[in-house]
This record gives sequence, C-alpha cells and structure tokens, in this order.
Amino acid sequence: MSAVAHGETIAAVSNYIFPNDLHVHWSLMIVLYPYITGLVAGAFIVSSLYHVFHIKALKPVARFSLLFALAFLICATWPLLNHLGRPERAMSMMLTPNPTSAMAGFGYIYSAYFIVLLLEIIFIFRPIVVGLGQKATGFMKALYGVLAIGSDNVSEKALKLDHKIIAFLAAIGIPMACFLHGYVGFIFGGIKANPLWATPLMPLIFLLSACVSGIAGIIVTYILLMKLSGREIDVECVQTLVKFLWGFFILDFTFEMLELFSHFYMATHHWHTLEALYSGPLFNTFWVAQVGIFSVIPFFLLMFMSLIRFKDGLLLFFAPIASIMILVQVLLMRWNVVVGGQLMSKSERGATVFHPMWLEKEGILPAIIIMIAPVVILWIIGKILPFWMDDEGVEVA
Amino acid sequence: MIDIKKEIQKDRRAFIKNVLSGTIAGSLLMVIPAGAALDERLPEQLPGMRGDDSPFTEKKFAFVVDVTACIGCGSCCVADKNEYNVPDGNYRTWVERYVIDDHDEVFVDSPNGGLDGYTEPRKDIPYPVRDTFFVPKLCNMCEKPSCVQVCPVGATYKTEDGFILIDKDRCVGCGYCIQACPYSVRFLNPVSRTAEKCTWCYSRVRQGLLPACVNVCPVHARKFGDLNDKTSEVYKILREPHVISVLKPGMGNQPALHYLGLRREVV
Repeated sequence: MSAVAHGETIAAVSNYIFPNDLHVHWSLMIVLYPYITGLVAGAFIVSSLYHVFHIKALKPVARFSLLFALAFLICATWPLLNHLGRPERAMSMMLTPNPTSAMAGFGYIYSAYFIVLLLEIIFIFRPIVVGLGQKATGFMKALYGVLAIGSDNVSEKALKLDHKIIAFLAAIGIPMACFLHGYVGFIFGGIKANPLWATPLMPLIFLLSACVSGIAGIIVTYILLMKLSGREIDVECVQTLVKFLWGFFILDFTFEMLELFSHFYMATHHWHTLEALYSGPLFNTFWVAQVGIFSVIPFFLLMFMSLIRFKDGLLLFFAPIASIMILVQVLLMRWNVVVGGQLMSKSERGATVFHPMWLEKEGILPAIIIMIAPVVILWIIGKILPFWMDDEGVEVA
Repeated sequence: MIDIKKEIQKDRRAFIKNVLSGTIAGSLLMVIPAGAALDERLPEQLPGMRGDDSPFTEKKFAFVVDVTACIGCGSCCVADKNEYNVPDGNYRTWVERYVIDDHDEVFVDSPNGGLDGYTEPRKDIPYPVRDTFFVPKLCNMCEKPSCVQVCPVGATYKTEDGFILIDKDRCVGCGYCIQACPYSVRFLNPVSRTAEKCTWCYSRVRQGLLPACVNVCPVHARKFGDLNDKTSEVYKILREPHVISVLKPGMGNQPALHYLGLRREVV
C-alpha cells in the first residue's frame, strides 16, 4: 500500500536542504564551549565532594580541582568571542540583555560563578599565601599581599571564620556549578525548531556529562602531574575518584541512551529525521565512536576498577586510560549534539555536511590553541599557588 | 565662540528654545521632502499608508502565497536579490519545486533558491510524474517568533505593526536566531557579520508600496495586504472557505504568512 494511503506526509527523503541550511553556523567553537564549561563544573564538584560532603579520600585533589576549574573558566568565553560575528558588541548581552533569551543569561551566570570560585580559592589558599608572602620578595610579595586580601591574620579564630566562609561558598558553589552547566544544556534544549536538541533531558545530560568530564580531567592531570614531579600518588584518592566517575557515568550514559530510545519509541514525525541522521552522517561519530568505543569500553573498565580491588600499579595504569576515553566520549557527545543537530535541515528531508578546516577562523588550529590555553594558565597558576600543599605548608599527598 | 557665550549669557532660556526649535525644524525638513518626492514618483499601492489618519498600529498585515498559481519563474527571487543586494548563497526568499511521481515519492529541490527560474524539468524522477508544483518561501512573520525570543541582545524585535525586524547595528552575530527559526529564513550576512532575513519590505510598506516580490509576481501568486481592511484581497481570501494553511503549525509560532492551496507534502 502506498505511503499516501497511510496518511504519511513525507513519502521520501529526497535530500532536500533548505538553501540557508547548507552552512553549519555553530562550528567547532560551540563544540568547545560546553566542553570547557563542563570541565569547570565537573572539577568544582570534585572539590565540593571534599569541602562540603567531607569525602576525606579526595583531600589530595580538593584544592587542585579548584585551580583546574579556574584555569578552564578563564578560557570558557574565548571560543564564544571567536565565534561571534561582532565580538566587539559582546558586552551588549550583559548591558542590554533580552530577558527571554536563554543566551543572555550566560554573562551573569558566568560572572557570578567566577566570583564564587575566585573567592573560594582566595579563602582556601589564604593561610598558604600568607606563609609564602612572608618568604617572598619584590613582585611576588606584592602579589601574595593582594591574594591574601590584605590580611595576614592566621590565628585560630581567623581560620575558623575562613572555614565557615569556605563551607558556605562551596555549598552555594554546587548549585551554581549545576546551574551553569544545566543552563548550557538548556541553550540547546530550548530550541524547539531542532528535534535533536529540543528535549527536557538536554540540561540533565549536559550536567551529567560535565561531572563525568571534570572528574576524568582531574584523574588524568593528577596522575600525570604526580608522575612528572616524582611525587607519590595517593591510590585511595584515585580509587575514590574512579568510583565517582563510574557512578556519574552510569547516570550520564543511561540518560543519553534513554533520550534516544524515547525518540525511537514515541516515533513522532521527528524520529523520521533523527533516524536518518543517526544512521547516516552521525553513524560513525555517534554509534561507533561515542557509544561503541568511548562509552562501552570505559564503562566496563570503570566497573571492574570500582568492583574489584586492582593492584595499585594496574589501577594507576587503567584509571588514566579510562579517564582519557571518557574525556573523548564527552567531546564526541558535544560534537554529535552541536554539529549533529545542525546537519539536519529544517526541511526534514536531508542533511548537510560539515568538515572543519585547519586554518579558518573557527577551525581546528584555533580549537587546539583554545584547549591548550587552560593548561598553560594552570601552569602559571601553579607557579603562584602550590597545588599540593596544605595549610601547614605540608604536602598533602 | 565668544559671541555664542554672550548669546547664552544674555538669555539662557531663549537660547535653548532656539536651538531646540531649529533642530526639530531641521529634522522635519529632512523627512518631509523625501515623502513628497516618493508620492510624486510612485502611486500608493497599499491604501491609507500615506495618510496622517493611519497610525501603523491599526494595521494587521498578512502575506498570502497561492501555491496553485506560482509558475516558478523566479522573478520574486531576482527582485528580492536586487532590492537588498543579498549575498550569493544566502536567501531572503526562495522558491521550491515539488515533484511527486506515481509511486508517491516526493522530490524537492531549489537550485540557487530558484533565482534562475525553473526552465527545465527535473530529469532524475524514476517513475511518471503524477503532480508538480512550486512553493515560494519567505519570512513567516510569526505572532510568536522564536527568533525574537532567543536573541540575547534584543537586536531582533517585533514592531508594533507585527513585523519582525533586525537591527544590524545591535546584532552580535551569535547565530542563535538562525538556530531557533523553524523555517530557516535567516542567515548570517558575510559582509556585515550580522543576521539577516526577509522583512516583507518593511520600508516599502511603510511608504505605501507593496513588497518587491509581490510587486513583480507575474501571476499574482504572492499577495499582501491589511487584514483590518475588509476590502483587501488577503482579508477576503482568509475569510472565504479556501484551503489555507501555515507552515509547521505544530511549532506554535502562528505565522502571518498563509498558503493558499498548501499541500501536505510541504514542510
């Protein structure tokens, strides 16, 4: 029986793309933007697990993750500014925002989060900064003076107050980190014109993948920096991070699949387009790479590492491998959502293609530079604030 | 300079008055002759647009495209491109060609947005053609526009008379409106690096002229008018029992662009 007899409106996908849909507007830069903010939110969650939920095993990375978050947060706006057609007008979003626009909130949420993160770092590092300031000379002495916010009082009473402030900042920091990234998900999830994006699950998926990428990022950099500096790795800390990573990844992966399954099961007319997308242009990057390789393999690796007590050497070998795979998984997820969503034409009849170039304004090279920048910034921060020292000036590891 | 200072000191109040009246008179002089010249050049196509008794909030404009009339000549696209100097590869309006074969397969294309006109039939249809028609596309001027909702800086806005316009001096070029528009009528102008789209020729309409594409259509497939004017053609069409629909009604955007004889194959 013919399709028309069944009341189907679209009998064939003849690969017709609306003439204005040939060009993918949100390119690599908009893939990086949620990736970077995700790393920030995730790293902050790691720190909060220690500072608010008192997961003692995470003490070695609790301070480092805050600095990790700061380094990436500094760069979070870079891809956006590089993407804007008129970056010189970027401040209009904060000065004359449109209250109904999801995007207009970013400047405020970003700034508020930046302030909370900076304050928390200042209060946590104050005792160390005071100690370092006494030993330093010249410019560094002045810098430590500024970072100590003009107070060298490290009496027991003063530190008690500091701790209260830290607990408060960390506590409001958690909902803010969740909001920051849930909100980034909503920027996509609120676009009804795009069936791949328009799902209430989008903020949740973005948030969970943020947690996952942040924890994975901390595992990789912690082990790497410890090895490079010849320090001893706290296996208990890595073990705990791995367990949290697995826990968050179970939720993340479940919701990612659930979202797709819901579309498939409900099979509205949107599924027609999505099915063509997942079985066509996104087959390799979604099914093969994101799901098949970079979700399933680390899922089982993390499961084994969480359930079976691995020998230390084995754990420290597999934990970074699983974490790097998770970092790739999240990057692929950002790609598949941001670019994938734009490949479908709103004609519901076809898909365009997107191949980023190396040297264009929003190309691969600028993307690499933007991803290296936070690492360089982290290195500079490390020259000022020691990653692995506690209040008494003793190495925590 | 000293003279001006003396003048101000003599009577500050009178000086300010003089400056203000001079400014207002000057601005009026800049506006009035322009309108007069236009009146002389072109007859009014939209009734009541040049009269003083026509505050623009009283108008409710609608656009009707007659799918059964369009012959796919591409004149509208040419007029539009010339009127707005639209960069190649971007389209404020375009015309789609639908071909349905007797196996009920639908083939759609719009080479160069229909700008060159459909002079040759499609040759890649596997079975005998059962039906074929053309569908012109342009801004839907939604009652509830997604683009206005998402624009972070308010550069895309709705005028009091229901037009969705873009202030290119405010647009930051983020592309959010392009993502949000269900009809893909927007693009980023590569020269100004800001968003652009069809305006239903707002500047022409405000001067009592029809949109450029309506003006040139040889078969009267594009119709434009005021729904509050009971003598207008669009009012009559929308009142009478025709087959009328809008694009993607499920989006809830409530377009003011209506299609006469719209087919269900059209997205």
